[in-house]
Amino acid sequence: MQITSIDDLQKAKGVGLAQLYPDKPKILVGMATCGLAAGAQKVYDFLSKKAQDAHWGGVVEKTGCIGFCYKEPLVDAILPGQPRVTYEQVTPEIAGALWEELAAGKIPEKQVMARIDVDDMILNGGPRKFYKGKLKGFLAKTPRYEDLDFFKLQRHIAMRNCGFIDPDNLLHYIARGGYFALYNALTAMTPDEVIAAVTTAGLRGRGGGGFPTGVKWASCRKAKGWPKYVLCNADEGDPGAYMDRSLIEGDPHSILEGMLIGAYAIGSSEGYIYVRAEYPLAVKTLQRAIFAAREAGLLGQNILGTGFSFDIKLNLGGGAFVCGESTALMASIEGKPGEPRAKYVHTVDKGLWDRPSNLNNVETWANVPVIIAKGADWYRDTGTEGSKGTKIFSLVGQVKNVGLVEVPMGVSIKDLVMEVGGGVPENREFKAIQIGGPSGGCIPKEHWGLPIDFDSLWDAGAIMGSGGMIVMDNSTCMVDVAKFFLDFLIDESCGKCIPCRLGLKRMREILEEFSAGKGSLEDLEELQSLSEAVKDGSLCALGGSAPNPVLTTLRYFRDEYEAHILQGKCPAAVCKDLITYSINPELCNGCTACVNECPQGAITGTKKEPHTLNASLCIKCGACFEVCKFGAVAVA
Amino acid sequence: MITFTINGQEVQGQDGWTILEVARWHGIDIPTLCHYEAVEPYGACRLCVVEVDDGKRSRVVISCMYPIRSGIQVKTDSPRVANVRRWIVQLLLDESPGAPKIQELAKAFRVTPSRFKKEGVEFACHLCGLCIRACQEVVGVQALTFGNRGVLKEVTAPYHQRSTDCIRCGTCLYVCPTGAMEQLFPQVSAP
Ligand SMILES: Cc1cc2nc3c(=O)[nH]c(=O)nc-3n(C[C@H](O)[C@H](O)[C@H](O)COP(=O)(O)O)c2cc1C
Ligand code: SF4
Ligand code: SF4
Ligand code: SF4
Ligand code: FES
Ligand code: FES
Repeated sequence: MQITSIDDLQKAKGVGLAQLYPDKPKILVGMATCGLAAGAQKVYDFLSKKAQDAHWGGVVEKTGCIGFCYKEPLVDAILPGQPRVTYEQVTPEIAGALWEELAAGKIPEKQVMARIDVDDMILNGGPRKFYKGKLKGFLAKTPRYEDLDFFKLQRHIAMRNCGFIDPDNLLHYIARGGYFALYNALTAMTPDEVIAAVTTAGLRGRGGGGFPTGVKWASCRKAKGWPKYVLCNADEGDPGAYMDRSLIEGDPHSILEGMLIGAYAIGSSEGYIYVRAEYPLAVKTLQRAIFAAREAGLLGQNILGTGFSFDIKLNLGGGAFVCGESTALMASIEGKPGEPRAKYVHTVDKGLWDRPSNLNNVETWANVPVIIAKGADWYRDTGTEGSKGTKIFSLVGQVKNVGLVEVPMGVSIKDLVMEVGGGVPENREFKAIQIGGPSGGCIPKEHWGLPIDFDSLWDAGAIMGSGGMIVMDNSTCMVDVAKFFLDFLIDESCGKCIPCRLGLKRMREILEEFSAGKGSLEDLEELQSLSEAVKDGSLCALGGSAPNPVLTTLRYFRDEYEAHILQGKCPAAVCKDLITYSINPELCNGCTACVNECPQGAITGTKKEPHTLNASLCIKCGACFEVCKFGAVAVA
Repeated sequence: MITFTINGQEVQGQDGWTILEVARWHGIDIPTLCHYEAVEPYGACRLCVVEVDDGKRSRVVISCMYPIRSGIQVKTDSPRVANVRRWIVQLLLDESPGAPKIQELAKAFRVTPSRFKKEGVEFACHLCGLCIRACQEVVGVQALTFGNRGVLKEVTAPYHQRSTDCIRCGTCLYVCPTGAMEQLFPQVSAP
């Protein structure tokens, strides 16, 4: 379908709406990478086949990730005139049971997780209610998804379409208001007005630095040189973080539309998306979206009949973390080794092929159409003074609800962990949260009232980073944590500059001594000054932020470092050199489970008698501790 | 002409000059390792750091690449700068205790080898890239390149094959500040 005018766009919206909410039953399967990893493909295939074989009158469709990654595979059912009902952890067997009832026109009760009463459709003329009147039976008792602890504090702006549309269906995107912001910008706003809207909205880069997006666009617009490039950073290399992947897999057109609007504002006709090759589904989804947009005329020449032209190429990243750094990314697109260079001349002036280039993160781009469609003031309503809008985080580690969450800026760490995350597992205590990925900072429980926004995190020694959040409980040793993140960064350092290549290694060596109980208070000072030297001296922000985990753990958990050095103790009982395993004869009933588990044969004893552990043979693997059901293995 | 200050002293330079160029012009000493007038700056050793206050904030930058701007205040020996340099010299010395140029630096900064000193290596390559840049830019040959990345990063001949492009002019040997090229040369240049 060619979309070359506002009439075409309106028509496409009508068709899209009819597909989104047809007058017949619909089953949705969450098929982003998280869903697929949990087995969604089998569920989808099964349901599609059933529907086909039965010549069912309804449709089975795939959709993106709504964030409940720990409950995947998710299946949603929408019967006409009924609320949308979400089912959790659906295996093919459970899908079988669901199918039987749905085929008979009934809403199943098994595995129900929540219901959705209204689709808020923020970009398209307000909420759409799924049913009229009162709900009866179990549905009335099923919680609404916005009432679930996990969702209560969330606000989906960037993720507005994730879990609601088929990402491969351009018409679905248009049905929910997509590409109308672009039309608006092209026909009713000057480029400067677009930039002013983005500036007034207070949008700041979601890729890590939090640089004001409007300011960046304005500098790039002003820069001399031609052509100008508009780039999207989809290199997402933080371990455990997958916000950008999920956005791409759930709603690729929001990124394309954002880039189109940005290109118009900046005066560019060529764009690149630099995406990790290790994200095969995201790459495919982007390929299909770009193809569909080109076919429709939304990319290419004379877009929507306005005379504006822009096209996007995909560039597959080689997988190095440092290639996400802006100058390394541009070098990599040019086909050179992905190494950072000094940025004293900004990339908005001399970037890709030395031409003015504007790079923004995936999530930053996805926010742009909303600002244009709803206006800067609407956007500013969410968030804090210095950080407007929402941020997507991937919440992982020692929390019950692991997943992707999009919350307003300014939510406290405590609310995020205890409400959204559902707290730490039983019998454990929240200890700290690592915010901002491997080069972020560790914030302790004393500061969990801290609002999560760019400036508060910066003051606390952490960074927003791209939004990775790792929750740690009291079984975590902070010296060990510092080592863990350093190991990642040492591996990922490009090796170009000395502070990062050699400095991080030296920091790691000092930490290794600490976890063996060696070192002195002077060494703590040395570690501190070395961290500062690496921070100040490194070429790029990889080295520049790599000491953050060390600096923040030194700042907030100094007593724990001192315990290692001065008392030779690891309070969390993690550092192997500082702990010993033993068996408490009072608790051991001689079940022999540990004897079979110990790879060293360090545990001996007669059946039904208390056992003994020979510490000189023990390699501290902890296997006995894990296997003992009676709490008889002590670690100290 | 662009006017600014270095250590409180008013100095001037041409548009496009770096802080290092202006400092040297005025006889102000800034240590360097990976810089050499005849080749493009690369910014790897970070020994030439200075602190620049542009009125908005104070940053540590490398003088060999930072283009001068009017009104900036440059400090070549602030506590932050001194800390970065001391550590760089320490790290270099522990990696290649035998290199004369590094011993000189160590003496100037009163740094002695630490307990983490590398054993059995006297002249480690610090990947300053001078040999590669000199070979390309001065000699006009591409006999040398970087291979690998991170801790495995190395100076090598393209495709790890001893290079037949090498004309054995010895420029790389001359510019190498650590003496590492003496040892690398037989592996990268085809006789
Ligand atoms: C080592 C390193 C890795 C980075 N990785 C990413 C990344 O994967 N995605 C991203 O958007 N930004 C990444 N950044 C930040 C980018 O350099 C850049 O600031 C960002 O893409 C700008 O977009 P924004 O203003 O929209 O945030 C990284 C920075 C560094 C130093
Ligand atoms: S700071 Fe690290 S990653 Fe960045 S240029 Fe230097 S060595 Fe490479
Ligand atoms: S000796 Fe060979 S490698 Fe060295 S600079 Fe000359 S041509 Fe290049
Ligand atoms: S061999 Fe010498 S000149 Fe070449 S990179 Fe190594 S230290 Fe620098
Ligand atoms: S009772 Fe001691 S390990 Fe089983
Ligand atoms: S001399 Fe400036 S970075 Fe090496």
